[in-house]
Amino acid sequence: MSVSLKNKVAIVGAADTEVGVVPNLSATQLYVKAAKLALDDAGITKDQVDGLITCVSFVEPYMYHAEMIAEYLQIFPRYCMTAPSGGGTTIAMIHHAASAIVTGMCDTILMTMADSQLSGLSRDKAIEAMSGAGHPQFERPYGPPIPAFYALLARAHEHAYGTTAAQRAAVAVACRKHASMNPEAQMRKPITIDDVLNSRMIADPLHLLDCSLVSDGGAAIIMTSAERARDFPKKPVYILGVGEGHSHEHVSQAISLTTSAAKEAGERTYAMAGLGPKDVDVAELYDCFTPVVIIELEDLGFCAKGEGGSFVENGRIELGGELPINTHGGLLSHCHPGQPGSMFSVTEAVRQLRGECGPRQVDDAKIALVHGQGGIMSTHCSMLLGSEQV
Amino acid sequence: MAAPVSKPIPVPTRETKPYWEGSKARELRIQRCAACGNAQFFPRIYCTRCMSDRVEWIKASGRGKVLSYTVVHRPVSPAFAGEIPYVVALVTLDEGPTMMTNIVGWEPEQLKIGMPVAVTFEDWTEEISIPKFRPL
Repeated sequence: MSVSLKNKVAIVGAADTEVGVVPNLSATQLYVKAAKLALDDAGITKDQVDGLITCVSFVEPYMYHAEMIAEYLQIFPRYCMTAPSGGGTTIAMIHHAASAIVTGMCDTILMTMADSQLSGLSRDKAIEAMSGAGHPQFERPYGPPIPAFYALLARAHEHAYGTTAAQRAAVAVACRKHASMNPEAQMRKPITIDDVLNSRMIADPLHLLDCSLVSDGGAAIIMTSAERARDFPKKPVYILGVGEGHSHEHVSQAISLTTSAAKEAGERTYAMAGLGPKDVDVAELYDCFTPVVIIELEDLGFCAKGEGGSFVENGRIELGGELPINTHGGLLSHCHPGQPGSMFSVTEAVRQLRGECGPRQVDDAKIALVHGQGGIMSTHCSMLLGSEQV
Repeated sequence: MAAPVSKPIPVPTRETKPYWEGSKARELRIQRCAACGNAQFFPRIYCTRCMSDRVEWIKASGRGKVLSYTVVHRPVSPAFAGEIPYVVALVTLDEGPTMMTNIVGWEPEQLKIGMPVAVTFEDWTEEISIPKFRPL
């Protein structure tokens, strides 16, 4: 039996930069600003950090990115790692960071993730960003834009379970509703199911409003052991469970288009925490495209396989519903700067569990599930966070 | 004026060269394991089922069924702009493996999951022909 991370590590600082269109800050500056805000939130100085994790920047790439940020900040960590890629990698990096803390590789980790995909890209880089996905010999020659990969999943789920365009739209509507209550979100004007269905077709059956945003922005957290966490000014948020699942890289190699390795990630997470889907008060799910949320809700056990479409209807995933999701607005409406993707789900979950969310606060939120996926439903990591140890 | 963007022309590797030579010769080639009979694609040096290195290239039937598809309205790059709307599909070959492709020669009412299709080849360069599929 492996060593459990349950209750042993806490998040003691969390912050986002301004997000959306942020032309006044470079990608690197966004990393550093997020770091500064998280340190302030944790009430510590940069010299109290002995671990650093960043994600790669697409806009300002460095061979040793985390080392570059350490150099910029003039900190000298004993644990330093760059997350290779992918919006979903964030949660897996927290998994690694928690392990590093429990095994004594370091005591206090700053994890900062950012990019400036909206303001920082040249035309050529923007095209590269769009067309860089897929196998160079066996997928890219067919011209799949990123939404097309997810459209293949959406169509397969429709065919297998009768999921409808209106049900997918309900995911976008919920996220936008929550973003409308978040002054920091990039897109705040409420939308209706008809707005989604009438928006431009991108890759049939996915419309423009089924797709997430392109953004600038950064987010950061500070993690430390549960024992040390008691000495920090804000109420610690504990890692109760965390688990991963990995099934493929290329979607054309996927074992299933309708069931993902979120299932294994979720099962491993629930097992570590000794909790189940019914214990979750709020879920921050990876929502790069609307069908992903429906598949995740099923695979994470919130409903049976095939019932995700009906689960998201009638406000069940909105604030006040049975399972509010993506309370900040998600990648669909809050922001999506690329690699940092899931980090905003983590900082939002922390705020929810601290009760800091004002009008979008989930009543009495004690347990949050955060889920990240990367690739094309390729790599998954789930995490349960709690306002108390369990 | 920026340079025009070209389509991503595959660059064969030692591992994939027989596949692209096959496509040039109007043959869809996949691998079959001489030890256990498993058919596989993408090409690999070992069998994904039994890890034998006795993987051999075979000519596939070129027939299969659509596993899923999407009609792309916003092209991935300017190089594909002249082709919209185009169909990106996953096709499961009769031999078992699944591959990404374009469906060509389609009518909207034809497109459905499970649709039978057959391979056809599109010449891109002296060395590279791209396997695509048409409705049967």
